Amino acid sequence: MKKILEGSHAIAEAVRLVKPEVISAYPITPQTHIVERLAEMVADGDLDSEYICVESEFSALSACLGASAAGSRVYSATSSQGLLFMAEVCFNVAGMRQPVVMSIANRAVSAPLSIWNDQQDSICLRDSGWIQLYAEDVQETLDLHLIAYRVAEDHKVLLPVFVCFDGFIISHTYEPVDIPDEKDVKAYLPAYVPVNKLDADDPLSMGMYATPEYYMEFRYENDQAMTRSLDVFKQAGKEFKDLFGRDYSELIEEYRLSDAKIAIIAMGSVCGTIKDAIDVMRAQGREVGLLKIRAYRPFPAEDIKKALSGIKKIGVLEKNISLGSRMKGAVGLEIKDALDDSSVSVLSYVAGLGGRDIRIEDVIKMTDAIEAGNGDCFFGLREELI
Amino acid sequence: MALRIGCASAPGKARENKTGSWRVFRPVFDHDKCTSCGMCQLVCPEGCVLTDNDEFNPDYDFCKGCGLCAEECPADAITMETEEK
Repeated sequence: MKKILEGSHAIAEAVRLVKPEVISAYPITPQTHIVERLAEMVADGDLDSEYICVESEFSALSACLGASAAGSRVYSATSSQGLLFMAEVCFNVAGMRQPVVMSIANRAVSAPLSIWNDQQDSICLRDSGWIQLYAEDVQETLDLHLIAYRVAEDHKVLLPVFVCFDGFIISHTYEPVDIPDEKDVKAYLPAYVPVNKLDADDPLSMGMYATPEYYMEFRYENDQAMTRSLDVFKQAGKEFKDLFGRDYSELIEEYRLSDAKIAIIAMGSVCGTIKDAIDVMRAQGREVGLLKIRAYRPFPAEDIKKALSGIKKIGVLEKNISLGSRMKGAVGLEIKDALDDSSVSVLSYVAGLGGRDIRIEDVIKMTDAIEAGNGDCFFGLREELI
Repeated sequence: MALRIGCASAPGKARENKTGSWRVFRPVFDHDKCTSCGMCQLVCPEGCVLTDNDEFNPDYDFCKGCGLCAEECPADAITMETEEK
C-alpha cells in the first residue's frame, strides 16, 4: 500500500511489520520521531512488543542485548552521541553474535554541538562488528530494515546491523512509500531461531572470558561471519526483489556508470543529488557516473573493483573525516584498497559535515576537481572563516 | 575447549579454562624446608595452594605467579622461578 510518510514513520512501519518482541531506545534528535511512533503503536495495541523505557542509550542497547540473548527479536534506534554512548555495548552485541537491528539517523558528533547530518557517528564504529547499511531515500530505508533482520538472523551470519540513513534529510522528509503487505513480510522474514539462548533450565553464559589462547579465534569468527554476510545479503536482496519488486541484490548500485570516464562514489541520501548532477553533466556531454555504496561493512570490495574497471578518475564524497589521515575520508581508503591500482586516481572529498548542504552545483564543481586531479581535501570550506 | 558461537558456555567451564597461563614466575616449593605451617595457603589470593597429607603444593593450572606465598613463607621454602613455556 502506498502512503505519503515521514521517513521516521516509514521506519516505524517497517518495525511494526517485523514485530520485534522487545524494543528499547532512548530519544535523541533526529531519531526521536521513530521511537515516539513506536511507543504510540505499542500503547494503542497496534504492535505487540515489550517497550522498555530506559534512562540512557547505554541501558537501551544493554536491554536489547539481554532480550536478544534470551531469544527475542529486538529493535533499537539512535544517533550521534547516543550511538557513541552505546559504543561499549555495540562491541558486546557483535561479540556475543546477537542479531540486533538498530536504526541510525546519522548525525554529526560534538563538540561543537550539532544536531545536523553527517555520517561520522556510524563510521566511528567501523570495527565494532556491526554490519552497516546506508540508504538513499525513505523507501530504501524502510526496505533495508526488513532485509537487515533477514541477514542478521541468518545462522551463517548472526551479526547485528546498523541501518543508517541521513538525519533530517531522510528521517524528517515526507516521501511516497510502498508499505509491504504484512503477509508477505511474514513469508519473507520467518520467526527468529536463536542458536544460543538464555534458559533457566539449561543455563548458559555468553561473551565469556577468553584468555590469549582463545580471544583471537573469536575475532576471526566475527570476521568470517562478516565476509559470509556479503552473499547472504545478496540472496536476501534477490528474494526481496522477487516478493516486493524492488531490487537489492547488490551491495552497490551503479548510475550511468558503464560508459563513464569519471566516477563519483558516495553513500546515503546525497546519491540522489549526485544522480541529478550527473544528468545535468551528461546533458553537457560529460561522461560521469555514480557508484553508490549500500554497505560499508561488509565492504563489497570485489563488486566495486568490477564496477569501476576501466575508470581512471574517481572521487569519493565523504560525510566523515578521519582526522590526521592523509586522504581525509574513511571510504576513499577502502576504494583505493579495493582497486589496488596506482594508475587510477582515487581522491577523497570531505563534504557536508555538520549538515552543510551539498547541492547540484557543488557536485559539478567536485567533478571538475576530480578531472583536474585535485582532491584529498575538505570540499566547500568557507575560506573567509579560517 | 571447542569454540561456541558468541563465546557462550554452560556453567562450570571456568574450571577448564587454565588461567595459570598468565604466569611469568612460578612458585617452587622446597618440601625439606617446609614446616607445614599453612601460611602459603592462607595468603594465596587465588586459592591455589593445595594440601595433601600436610604437603603443600601450588596448583599450576590456576596459579598466576603473584609471589605472595614466597614473600610470606616464614621458612623461606618457596622460591619464584622464571616460567619456561
